[in-house]
Amino acid sequence: MSNVLVVAEHVEKTLRKVTLSTINFAKQAAALTGGQVHVLVLGEGVDTLANELASGGYGANVVHVSNSATFTNYLAENYAPAVAQVAKDLDASVVCAPSSTFGKDLVPRVAALLGAGMVSDAIEVFDDGGLRFKRPLWADNVITTVEVTTPFKAVTVRATAFDALEGEAAAELKTLDLGAAASDSAEFVSFDQVKSDRPELTDADVIVAGGRGLKSAENFGMLEQLADLLGGAVGASRAAADSGYAPNDWQIGQTGKVVAPNLYFAVAISGAIQHLAGMKGSKTIVAINKDAEAPIFQVADYGLVADAFTVVPELTEKLQAAGLGK
Amino acid sequence: MKILTTVKRVTDPDMKVKIKPDGSGIVTDGVEYKMNSFDEYGVEEAIKLKEAHGGEVVVVSVGPKAATKEIRTALAMGADRGILIETDEDLDSDAVARLLAEVVKAEAPEVVLMGKQAVDSDRNQAGQMLASYLGYPQATFAYSLEVADGWATVGREVDGGTSTKRVKLPAIVTADLRLNEPRYASLPGIIKAKRKPLDTKSPSDLGVDITNKVNVLKFEAPPARAAGQIVDSVDALIEKLRDEAKAL
Ligand SMILES: Cc1cc2nc3c(=O)[nH]c(=O)nc-3n(C[C@H](O)[C@H](O)[C@H](O)COP(=O)(O)OP(=O)(O)OC[C@H]3O[C@@H](n4cnc5c(N)ncnc54)[C@H](O)[C@@H]3O)c2cc1C
Ligand SMILES: Nc1ncnc2c1ncn2[C@@H]1O[C@H](COP(=O)(O)O)[C@@H](O)[C@H]1O
Repeated sequence: MSNVLVVAEHVEKTLRKVTLSTINFAKQAAALTGGQVHVLVLGEGVDTLANELASGGYGANVVHVSNSATFTNYLAENYAPAVAQVAKDLDASVVCAPSSTFGKDLVPRVAALLGAGMVSDAIEVFDDGGLRFKRPLWADNVITTVEVTTPFKAVTVRATAFDALEGEAAAELKTLDLGAAASDSAEFVSFDQVKSDRPELTDADVIVAGGRGLKSAENFGMLEQLADLLGGAVGASRAAADSGYAPNDWQIGQTGKVVAPNLYFAVAISGAIQHLAGMKGSKTIVAINKDAEAPIFQVADYGLVADAFTVVPELTEKLQAAGLGK
Repeated sequence: MKILTTVKRVTDPDMKVKIKPDGSGIVTDGVEYKMNSFDEYGVEEAIKLKEAHGGEVVVVSVGPKAATKEIRTALAMGADRGILIETDEDLDSDAVARLLAEVVKAEAPEVVLMGKQAVDSDRNQAGQMLASYLGYPQATFAYSLEVADGWATVGREVDGGTSTKRVKLPAIVTADLRLNEPRYASLPGIIKAKRKPLDTKSPSDLGVDITNKVNVLKFEAPPARAAGQIVDSVDALIEKLRDEAKAL
């Protein structure tokens, strides 16, 4: 028993990029267990997506696709038994999914079905007399090394710790008929997607994030202009989201999204540990805050002690004038 | 309606944890503990359900004797009765879920309200595992909850937006931060809480083997970020970003 199974995540028939990071994790795990990487795509009308996963050269050996009305909309109650069944059929000792709200909802339910110990937010996998995983906790202030003692091991993977692979061999594509029946105790009602032309926070190369200091939703407009100039996404602190200045989906931190862009702007964000937990992994961090004592300056590569309402528009204008936009 | 809600005793999230020099754990001397933040939202929602539908709120914690304090806090907020499953072991979420499963079977609540994640171990597993062990449906990351006709309608915070799910009771619901505004315990509430029943049970009373499936081998600090620099103008910032960080 040594294969690794990845559950693919997709939204409205589009693959989420966090799946590709998870495949990279799976490839590293499979190299240690001596097995193969299998990817499972559950849904309805998802053949095109499965095909793209198989032909894209992302590092999988086999892509399994199962189309069924039971899987049209994601429900943990319908997905978990199917994933557990496939894990058993494939002798997959490691079963993983991205550490997104999808993976966090699904994987523990699968783990209990398989009697598997579970690792949340894996950032590293290695061998030290057996498989070992590293994972952050205490709002990323501690990293632990853990072992899972059960034959099946369930894992959610922190996407920012694993790049998407490219140019690997194409995978074999297989169709599965799981004959799965739908649960009669759970119903999908709706998904209200926040529509945006900007990149997803978890994929973005540049993020401009704002905090409570911005004082209104309208004032987030200046961050959007800077983000659009740089081809980036807009994020927010929890206080800004709670105050209704930004959608909840923009929240970055311990209880929001974990991001690691090339360039992160923290504008009028104080830098509470719960916020830092979501962005400390960014390559370059810029902090703009009028309080020189704000803790955000302790993690920022470049700090500007200034009023955001003056310097953000100035920054956007000067970048544009210098032709430094995307 | 009977509602069961869970509270975990965790290290104060506003305090910086220190790691023992030998990497065997965190320093616990002088550390303050409190109820897990997400569980405050779970307890509040449980009390609101009781206020709307009548019934009883049972609060359960798995932990050391000292976790009695967190149970009393929930009782002071308005829960009716507490159960401590006493253990000094540091359990994984799976062991917690298997213990809670026995309590839920015995108590037979219609709704189980939990936090989405404990802010010390940051695992986000116990609710989903409990649901799985009991064969119950689950609604995680709840920001809204309505109960009627034996079903719960739950608004959920998910990546990319929000979603709505209906689950047939009994069900497990895990709270996200925007579910409600947890109330403070009032002084009369605190006095009343002292007389509310609180049972203590051991894992063996429940017939559960609490051997962890995940063992922690080592604790370490994350790599520190190198100290940065303060720049004095937008022009200087642009120059640094372009020429030094090569980020533009
Ligand atoms: C269990 C738990 C989980 C949490 N999870 C998260 C999480 O995931 N993400 C998160 O972000 N937070 C989280 N928090 C909240 C966190 O503790 C902080 O309260 C929050 O991050 C503060 O947001 P803020 O920096 O926007 O607001 P504040 O702390 O109010 O800071 C506002 C900042 O704006 C600055 N400012 C004001 N006006 C201006 C101006 N004109 N120009 C420049 N600067 C200005 C001020 O100097 C100040 O530093 C969590 C808290 C708890 C208890
Ligand atoms: N020791 C515990 N006692 C009571 N409830 C717990 C315990 N551990 C976890 N929980 C509950 O399960 C939720 C998720 O925990 P976790 O899976 O550890 O992140 C928490 O918010 C609590 O409501």
